[in-house]
Amino acid sequence: MKIRAQIAMVLNLDKCIGCHTCSITCKNVWTSREGMEYVWFNNVESKPGVGYPKQWENQKVWNGGWKRKDDGSIEPRQGSRGKILSNIFANPNLPEIDDYYEPFTYDYQHLQNAPLSETPPTARPVSAITGEKMEKIHWGPNWEDDLGGEFSSRGRDKNFDNVQKEMHATFENTFLMYLPRLCEHCLNPTCVASCPSGSIYKREEDGIVLVDQDKCRGWRMCISGCPYKKIYYNWKSGKAEKCIFCYPRIEAGQPTVCSETCVGRIRYLGVILYDADRIEEAASVENVEDLYEAQLKVFLDPNDPAVLEQARRDGIPEAWLDAAKKSPVWKMAMDWKVAFPLHPEYRTLPMVWYIPPLSPIQAAAESGRMGMNGIIPDTQSLRIPVKYLANLLTAGKEAPVISALDRMLAMRAYMRGRSVEGEGNTAALEQVGLSVAQADEMYRYMAIANYEDRFVIPTNHREEAIDTFEEKAACGFTFGNGCSDGVSKPSLFGKRKNVVPVDLTHLRRKIAG
Amino acid sequence: MDYFQQFLFGIYPYVAATIFLLGSLIRFDREQYTWKSDSSQLLKRGQLRWGSNLFHIGILFLFFGHAVGLLTPHHIYEGLGLSISAKQLLAMVSGGLAGLLCLAGIALLLHRRLSEPRIRKTSKPMDIFILLWIFITLLLGLTTILFSMRHLEGSEMLALSAWAQHIVTFRGDAAAYVVNVPIIYKVHLFFGMTLFLLFPFSRLVHIWSGFASLGYLTRAYQVVRQKA
Repeated sequence: MKIRAQIAMVLNLDKCIGCHTCSITCKNVWTSREGMEYVWFNNVESKPGVGYPKQWENQKVWNGGWKRKDDGSIEPRQGSRGKILSNIFANPNLPEIDDYYEPFTYDYQHLQNAPLSETPPTARPVSAITGEKMEKIHWGPNWEDDLGGEFSSRGRDKNFDNVQKEMHATFENTFLMYLPRLCEHCLNPTCVASCPSGSIYKREEDGIVLVDQDKCRGWRMCISGCPYKKIYYNWKSGKAEKCIFCYPRIEAGQPTVCSETCVGRIRYLGVILYDADRIEEAASVENVEDLYEAQLKVFLDPNDPAVLEQARRDGIPEAWLDAAKKSPVWKMAMDWKVAFPLHPEYRTLPMVWYIPPLSPIQAAAESGRMGMNGIIPDTQSLRIPVKYLANLLTAGKEAPVISALDRMLAMRAYMRGRSVEGEGNTAALEQVGLSVAQADEMYRYMAIANYEDRFVIPTNHREEAIDTFEEKAACGFTFGNGCSDGVSKPSLFGKRKNVVPVDLTHLRRKIAG
Repeated sequence: MDYFQQFLFGIYPYVAATIFLLGSLIRFDREQYTWKSDSSQLLKRGQLRWGSNLFHIGILFLFFGHAVGLLTPHHIYEGLGLSISAKQLLAMVSGGLAGLLCLAGIALLLHRRLSEPRIRKTSKPMDIFILLWIFITLLLGLTTILFSMRHLEGSEMLALSAWAQHIVTFRGDAAAYVVNVPIIYKVHLFFGMTLFLLFPFSRLVHIWSGFASLGYLTRAYQVVRQKA
């Protein structure tokens, strides 16, 4: 057993209102730069829809993630190491920028500078890449917002597999949910496995997956390797970039920007302890429907003394073990079993999980009679087909999703009883196997969702990595060029654009020598 | 022998080689962030798949073909039972075929880079310059094949490989071997050597990493870094 810790995330889709505040704040902080205009480390998709980039879930098109070979081992779906290297001159699985969208702005100046004319001037769209006028904008970062576009396009959604999607094509029977997406910071990331230069890595102390910008050579294999298409090619710098899970904030014990600013308070961050030795085994199980449960087995109980003892031996700080015990992610994923990984069938063991959304009772609206399962409404009569959610979250296995939805319905029935009739409906809880204490906690975490319950983030112990005394009288605030005179001049090889405001890393490296 | 040729074929190879090696080293050490293949595939797939593959396969064959052909001592071929004229014929045919592959590839790449607005607008001047430089070098190289056909007995090939071998073994009289070869070879040599000189200042540095990426074949899939 080799225990490592990760800051994992859960998104409660039941409460997502699709306001895109997460995407906007993330963009303002991390990707408002040339070469990254088209990049959204966090985006919110309307489902059903083909998403961003188009059809990202259809691995028949993109060949992302892992595949299990006949001998039981796994390799990236885009090919073995040799195959990946042979594709290095031209990657056949790489999306083109039009699969995302051509970034554009508008010629606002023209509104003020246009000469007097009979018709009012217009601000025409201008490509952010070429600077040329664009005749027509065909696609954007959120083209399908709130079911925009015709069903024949949205209906290409891969999650409709084994769903009679024509039933949901009409206005009366359609359904809508939001899916905020970011890098999954997987336990078994295909991006890392696909990188010929070894520039992508997972951090041992908090599980964040990062691209070493100095080591990246722009071979682009990570972009096709990632089944979530959450690594992007910066066409200006020629490097791969991805969601960094706001690691400077996480290190300081603060939530990521997307979580901090979430209006619906749907995001949760907490420590998960996992057994690194079991990752490969879990990712290689034969039946994709078993991958969700296989991943649960990789997670370790922070209340188990044996686990704690081993964790201390593996160098996990005490504050992290305390945080693991209070982790909202553990409660949702392991205790209540209401959170699920996104597309476990990709075999990457993702670490950003989702609580499926409840939806209006379709059958009730149609027949005036609500389908009941015991004393809670029947999940089969929910407007969003359970099969659709299962395709999204459990590789098609419906039972765990039904159980989670039942538990959420039961918690509501219980709480409604308590606040309306003065006593909780415990029969509903018994039906779904929840205790009163669990239901109370579910209510506290999922409905009230206080800040301190949502984000339980221990600070990183930087002092264990470097001797800060050595940085005494160091150069302090610089513009990213270490202890030189504080000005970045254009160099012989082109100017380096720095995005690190205070850079002591060079110095640290020198000290570490 | 005039001073100019002594410089061009006796001194310049060392200038180019020094800048090639030292420049690469300095850039790797100081400016690794600029060290990349600078792919434009994201912006436009178009002719890239054919163009890039043909170009790279062709030019890799040409690079190793030149290295082996020029630097292998003459007596080794004889030991293998390959006569001088047979070796020259082999070099002309294989190099010619690889050159044509490379030519088709680079023509596609050049066309794509110059005609596709997304790529043209985002190209650095050096990107276009280096592509044109390789294009010209390649055309000159292909033209030399026509001249070689006039000397099928291999005398010029021997002179050129003697030059290369004297250069890499630091013998001062190397330039003397190429003074009398036709001018087309000399221009090709100049363009080829200059390619090495330009190497550290262009995207060509990714070639080092291309060879380094062979290490991926034996690497574990997952990479985990500890606190640093």
